Amino acid sequence: MNQGTQPYVALDRVAKVYPSPRGDVEALADIDLEIAPGSFVSVVGPSGCGKSTLMKCLAGLVPITSGTIDINGRSLEGPPGAMGIVFQRDVLLDWRTILDNVLLQAELRRLPRADYRERAMQLLARFGLEGFEDRHPWELSGGMRQRAAICRALLCDPELLLMDEPFGALDAMTRDDLNVELTRIWQGTNKTVLFITHSIVESVYLADRVVMMSRGPGRIVEVIDIDLPRPRPLSIRETPAFGAYVHQIRHHFAELGILKE
Amino acid sequence: MTGWRKFLMGESRTRDVLLVLAALVAIWELGVWHYEPPRIFLPPPSAILAEFLTTPELFIRHMGYTLWTTLLAFTISVALGITLSVAIVYSRLLERTIYTLLVALNSVPKVALAPLFVIWLGTGMEPKIAVAVMLALFPIVIDTVLGLRSVDPDMVNLARAARASQLQILAKIRFPNALPSLFAGMKVAISFALVGAIVGEFVAGGNGLGFLVLVAQGQFDTTRVFVSLVLLGLMGTALFYALDFAERLMLPWHVSQRGEGGSQHGG
Repeated sequence: MNQGTQPYVALDRVAKVYPSPRGDVEALADIDLEIAPGSFVSVVGPSGCGKSTLMKCLAGLVPITSGTIDINGRSLEGPPGAMGIVFQRDVLLDWRTILDNVLLQAELRRLPRADYRERAMQLLARFGLEGFEDRHPWELSGGMRQRAAICRALLCDPELLLMDEPFGALDAMTRDDLNVELTRIWQGTNKTVLFITHSIVESVYLADRVVMMSRGPGRIVEVIDIDLPRPRPLSIRETPAFGAYVHQIRHHFAELGILKE
Repeated sequence: MTGWRKFLMGESRTRDVLLVLAALVAIWELGVWHYEPPRIFLPPPSAILAEFLTTPELFIRHMGYTLWTTLLAFTISVALGITLSVAIVYSRLLERTIYTLLVALNSVPKVALAPLFVIWLGTGMEPKIAVAVMLALFPIVIDTVLGLRSVDPDMVNLARAARASQLQILAKIRFPNALPSLFAGMKVAISFALVGAIVGEFVAGGNGLGFLVLVAQGQFDTTRVFVSLVLLGLMGTALFYALDFAERLMLPWHVSQRGEGGSQHGG
């Protein structure tokens, strides 16, 4: 998709080495990846494959050792401005209400809170958090807290949304709900999403492209285009086409000795 | 009489503590009446109260002096402690030097330095404040440094990803996150500041409850010693609960303050 246009994210021979007293640790090696603007890409792999490091490098939080990262045609130096980020833990601030937690995004960017209040309320309503604006995070369930964290990431209308296993700590049903909500809200926006997960099913359900990573050192082993119609109901996961993608990825991981078949 | 009934039948920690205290005072009073120990050894509570009532303004004046010393020393300790903690957390060099030194010094019996402060600062309020600050500073710095450090790294990453400045991260994330630790340190520090003030008054000067205790002891006036001790106890308790109250007001969000209403919401 979007062939011929410039990629929104382009990684060229990116490597990341963490020096350590017991020898250097190669977290990422020879990463080449292009992400088209407005596409949803998920990265799937076993723990320790460097997928979180990849995201931190893309976010400009961790400097890369070699190679280049271009975002929207510009070389990455520090966190890009039009980026939102969601972590596995919601990292909501306990002393702020849900609304104030969402508005933190504007405050940290030194933007006037008043200008974003309306948008924050709309975002919260779209994620089913209407009426919870004045509650504190500890009064909410894990799923609601993570929804608020996504609203916080989306507040300043980022072009790029980075999500590091955002639903990894949630129960299976809440996770399904959030998968549906996330794709519903993403569709029709022009946001580029990079979604890290260790669930093969989740990666296929959400994405236009699935990037498979392997460890020792962290590298990309395969990129698979997911040609499934959108919007995708949850029941799409029971279709043969969906099953074939999941099987293909699982089989590939098995060949690499990462999964047992 | 329903108010009384509620007070006597319901669950109240204050009531239980007061009842135990009243019982102890009663046992003390009756014990002294029954066994009649020498006054110089143990006066009954009634005599202690009577002694206070003979010259209440004198006791209150000295109590005011000790209270003022304690509050000044506490305020200085909090201001200095927070500044030091922030500096320690943000500077590798200061962390390796000052913090290491502070932790090592913490095990030194600092009250032994009180006479030295008298030589340096005279017999006024200054040496007393100095001793009190010496004692109160440690718990504040140690707890605040811990609080400032124990921030979820992803919380800081989130702020950095939004291109926040170091000052913003401190003001909006690290410092509020450290407030519960700061309060824990301040609760210890307020008692230490009072101890420091008393020790300072023991060593030199002509004011404060510590001075009164020392003079009364020299005259073998045990009843007066007890009056001062009771006032000290009341003051220490009041100061601690004042901080506890401030903590409740300022940190309603903290785990230790959440009531039953703060339970998890389903969904």
